[in-house]
Amino acid sequence: MGYLGLVFAGLFHKPSRTALTLLSIVTAFTLFGFLDGIRLVFSRAADNSGTDRLIVTSRLSIIQPLPIAHRNRIAQIPGVAQIAYANWFGGIYQDRRNFFPNIAVTPVEFLAIHPEIVLSDEAREAFLTTRTGALVGSALAQKFRWKIGNRIPLQATIWPQKSGNNTWLFDIVGIMRTRDERNQQYAGEMLFRYDYFDEGRTNSQGTVGWYIVRIEDPALSNEIALAIDRLFANSDSETKTQSEKDFNLAFAKQFGDIGLIVSAIMGAVFFTLLLVTGHTMTQAIRERIPQLAVLKTLGFSDVTLLGVVLGEAFAMMLLGGCLGLGLASIGLPLLSDSFGGQLPPLSVSARSWSLGIPLMLGLGAIVGLPPAWRAMRLRIVDALAGR
Amino acid sequence: MTVDPPLPTAMVVMRGITKAYQRGNQPVEVLHDIDLDIPKGDFVALMGPSGSGKTTLLNLIGGLDKPTSGTVTVAGRRLDQLTSGELAHWRSTSVGFVFQFYNLLPMLSAQKNVELPLLLTPLSGAERRRHASIALELVGLAGRARHRPQELSGGEEQRVAIARALVSDPQLLVCDEPTGDLDRHTADEILSLLQMLNAEFGKSIVMVTHDPRAAEYARHQIHLDKGILVPAPTHGA
Repeated sequence: MGYLGLVFAGLFHKPSRTALTLLSIVTAFTLFGFLDGIRLVFSRAADNSGTDRLIVTSRLSIIQPLPIAHRNRIAQIPGVAQIAYANWFGGIYQDRRNFFPNIAVTPVEFLAIHPEIVLSDEAREAFLTTRTGALVGSALAQKFRWKIGNRIPLQATIWPQKSGNNTWLFDIVGIMRTRDERNQQYAGEMLFRYDYFDEGRTNSQGTVGWYIVRIEDPALSNEIALAIDRLFANSDSETKTQSEKDFNLAFAKQFGDIGLIVSAIMGAVFFTLLLVTGHTMTQAIRERIPQLAVLKTLGFSDVTLLGVVLGEAFAMMLLGGCLGLGLASIGLPLLSDSFGGQLPPLSVSARSWSLGIPLMLGLGAIVGLPPAWRAMRLRIVDALAGR
Repeated sequence: MTVDPPLPTAMVVMRGITKAYQRGNQPVEVLHDIDLDIPKGDFVALMGPSGSGKTTLLNLIGGLDKPTSGTVTVAGRRLDQLTSGELAHWRSTSVGFVFQFYNLLPMLSAQKNVELPLLLTPLSGAERRRHASIALELVGLAGRARHRPQELSGGEEQRVAIARALVSDPQLLVCDEPTGDLDRHTADEILSLLQMLNAEFGKSIVMVTHDPRAAEYARHQIHLDKGILVPAPTHGA
């Protein structure tokens, strides 16, 4: 038996109490893993944004269409390098629970403006030449076991076909991946051709949902955004232009300030955890004062005893915390799957671990220091005499 | 009790020892100007009525406490001059403790309780286990090494405590009422064991007891009353 054995023997002095305390720590860190994973997805959407891309939407609302004629006028603004446009389709595959984003895009321009999308040459060529062609994200393809060559139907929820048929058919011509594996922005999406969409829909032909503008110099993004909005000021279709990062952040904030919500919940959880484990540790050490006095009698120094008691607090937090984050690592992908593609793949990242472990150590120090200090300061003769 | 020839060197030398505690605002002097010499290899029973200061004197000899004034020299070290850390190190190498209520750690097996003092030594895990096994064999408990204290009888627990006191091979054992919680028969076994450790292994032993039958196992008796050393009371007094 070494010091570690002594630490664990002390920790499991009362196994049922320690098990209950561990359960509360496991629960807190499982929750932390889940919430931090979700928060990261929202912040990553902004991190993955291109610095040289602007998003132009209607000033009124993101769902308000813009005339396709805006394209040529925007293209004339100095500093604008390339323009793509897109429209939200909102189709359903088989069941509403299978929701995933499906978007009509101008194929040549969209792929040129988004070099982070990795496609095989065959897939790229097929997308440019197949009118009903669609690109699907890797996670989406995996989820529905889609392969290149599959024909899939989507039920229109906003855009019925001129023929009156609500079912649109698409041919999968490529699987989208990204250069940076951490960028999961397209993993759960489907892109298809705008011309197929615009010609097939019953109304609103000649309009687009939003423009994506690539600019030559990212340092001039503010000036160019202002120039675009000025161009359409006081028209029927005023615009709101922002960097892709700001756009993505604003989109994420539709769900609320995720970072603030996560911080508030975790603050409350960890504060409660501190009270519960702090009380338990203090009570456990108080009960074991005679045992600690025996250790001192045998020659354990004040500092060694401080280390043993602090070690118990650290061991309890690390054990419970790692179990909790481990459970979250298993549970988060399952949660992600249950969302049916509405969220990108979720996981407990290395960042969550690198935040979680110092958090465990910090909580261990706060919880363990008062009883450890008491153990260090105890007078042997008083403790042995039960004073 | 047999009378042995004088032993050549001193294990414990105390000079002018006083010990006072603060009780409320009042200082209470428990030991008054005590001079004491215990030779190496002696087995001394420290006797006296409750509150006479026996345990306080034992704590000073064992380096658990410091005197208010006076000097305590044990095995050549001036304990009253050592810092708290130095005292802890000295205790880990030079003295073994046996308590009335055994004071074993309940969550550890007998073997691991005996190994505890060796954690403070540079011995490897295997060496610690070997030393602990030898100590348990010496006290006749080799077969109970894996048992926890609650699975042992009082006598067995006290034997484990003695093995723990012996395992780092100290020259001095201090025992505070080691048989106070045991029946007569078991107490005799424990006292015989202490006597054997003194006679065969040369351990110096200072044992606090108020049981005259227990004191008869020692080579010498020292009597304490109201904080001062007194002559042994005569029978019938």
